[in-house]
Amino acid sequence: MSQPVLEIRNLNVDYGLGDKAVHAVRDVSLTLHRGEVLGLAGESGSGKSTLAYGLTRLLPPPGVITGGQVIYHPEGGQPYDVLALTDRKLRQFRWAETAIVFQGAMNSLNPVHKISTQLTDVLRAHEPKMSEHTRGARAREMLKLVGISPDRMDAYPHQLSGGMRQRVMIGMALILQPQVVIMDEPTTALDVVMQRQILGQLIELRERLGFSVIFITHDLSLLVEFSNRIAIMYGGRIVEEAPAATIYRDALHPYSAGLLASFPALRGPKRELAGIPGSPPDLAGMPSGCSFHPRCPKAFDPCPTTIPVLGPPADLNSAGRSVACWLHPALEIS
Amino acid sequence: MRYFLQRIAFYLFTAWAAITLNFFIPRLVPGDPVQSLIAKYRGQLSSDAIQSLYVLFGLDKQESLWQQYLDYWKQIFQGDLGLSFTFFPAPVSQVISQALPWTVMLVGITTIISFMLGTGLGVLAGWRRGSWADGLLPVTTFFSSVPYFWLGIIAIYLLAGPDSFFPSSGGFDSGLVPAWDQYFIPSAIQHSLLPALTILISSVSGWILSMRNMMVTVASEDYITVAHAKGLSERRVAVSYAARNALLPNVSGFALSLGFIVGGTLLVEIVFSYPGLGFTLLQALGAKDYPLMQGIFLVITISVLVANLLADVAYLLLDPRTRKEG
Repeated sequence: MSQPVLEIRNLNVDYGLGDKAVHAVRDVSLTLHRGEVLGLAGESGSGKSTLAYGLTRLLPPPGVITGGQVIYHPEGGQPYDVLALTDRKLRQFRWAETAIVFQGAMNSLNPVHKISTQLTDVLRAHEPKMSEHTRGARAREMLKLVGISPDRMDAYPHQLSGGMRQRVMIGMALILQPQVVIMDEPTTALDVVMQRQILGQLIELRERLGFSVIFITHDLSLLVEFSNRIAIMYGGRIVEEAPAATIYRDALHPYSAGLLASFPALRGPKRELAGIPGSPPDLAGMPSGCSFHPRCPKAFDPCPTTIPVLGPPADLNSAGRSVACWLHPALEIS
Repeated sequence: MRYFLQRIAFYLFTAWAAITLNFFIPRLVPGDPVQSLIAKYRGQLSSDAIQSLYVLFGLDKQESLWQQYLDYWKQIFQGDLGLSFTFFPAPVSQVISQALPWTVMLVGITTIISFMLGTGLGVLAGWRRGSWADGLLPVTTFFSSVPYFWLGIIAIYLLAGPDSFFPSSGGFDSGLVPAWDQYFIPSAIQHSLLPALTILISSVSGWILSMRNMMVTVASEDYITVAHAKGLSERRVAVSYAARNALLPNVSGFALSLGFIVGGTLLVEIVFSYPGLGFTLLQALGAKDYPLMQGIFLVITISVLVANLLADVAYLLLDPRTRKEG
């Protein structure tokens, strides 16, 4: 396997402090490899966006990171912990190493500035020595890259369609050639045709520029198609992680299986669509043991009492996958 | 541009309506200016004098209302607003042009300072919620909730007096003649300090509060998070992203408050006997000086309209979304 670019180690994120704190992300460890698309799926409130905000320290108050490390491996440099950076270093790290494309395509651009201003102010902040002319040229180049005519440089966000705005955001994300691009439900506000177009373009750009992607969505069907590996989150924890094809064919965790059963397959025989009964857990009052057990059709004795550990399943010999489920208890790593 | 012309047309129409109302209202009031003057001089006027007064006010000709209306417009365009009774025989336009600069200088400058100070503090308080700037809010809100005349009287009582630096009334030392010289200007500034301070104290909290609230609202917008994620400096995010957007509603508020500078300072000028337009209006009211009131109302109306127009223009400049065409 290729070398890691971003390692999340035991990350914990709370909203609020003290006894009333809500644990939104619990003990998450995840590794993003160079050039890979890692999908992060889960229901609303499963903590996937919080994880993304947490690893760039963008959590809006009252979000606090209560523990863990986010190790970034720069190309040909010493790895360092993003969570330990000073504010100044953090500002330099943001966007230059890890860019984010946010959920709201409609509201991600500042309505009162031209898109040229918003593209170039990144350059002004990160590469102050660059000349005005080069900055403009670079911004135009990025627009061309995402398929927007460079003469829209002087347009204001409200003069662009939703799809174009999201493309501008993608272009903006790539302007400093970051190693990691986090996509937080980048296409939720767009129609299906536009979704495909934008994602297809993104994958193509990734092949050309070689960045890694963390792709967050609740649309597992998109992930199966576009990502290399998928991690499924539930109640702030990762419950299963495996190569995309493996999850699609043979999901081990009943929750992953439930998610997969809830959308229709494009090919093959028709099958009954099934939802997952119940509703996502209340983060303030998590069920004991495996947090999925109240909704799990296969729950048995250990589920309500003991939290299953994420690890490679002992009963199956499939490499590169791990699951947190008592049906497939993890291999004891001594 | 079409939008702009539409606005101009709208304001012209409003101005016409206001000026027309201004023509009719005094004519609906029983009596006429000469009657009021006769009353003022308690019958000491001879019938000849009364007759000449009628001629002077143009009331001798038995003109139709329509003809009077046309004459009224003609007069307005010549800047002739009639004669004042209170300052008889000074023309209204002269009375107003003497009073207006005082009001505009005192309240105009104070309003601008108050807006800038309040907006600045509001940006700070909204951006760093829970810091010392937030602590200012209850204090300034307390002062703005105090009735203005009471604040002014307390200020005079505590700070002004024969031995104090602050004069308690007037716009300049009574011994001086208004002129742009080294005696008059310092005296005028000295006289304006206390009223300016009280206006500032009572009005700044509104700006702080509205700006702070807008900042808080804007701070949770997605583009602010994006700006942070882009690694822009805190200052750039606060000013160019947050404050720039939060400012918009405040700017229109500011333009509107410019319109009320001329009319809204009655209390200030009464409390401090300041020789501005509000004080003049009070005198006109006391003397039933209809031409003067009419003239002042006209000035107030026009200034409110001009301020509205300014607000529209400012919005066009500041918010690209209000421009119809690209």
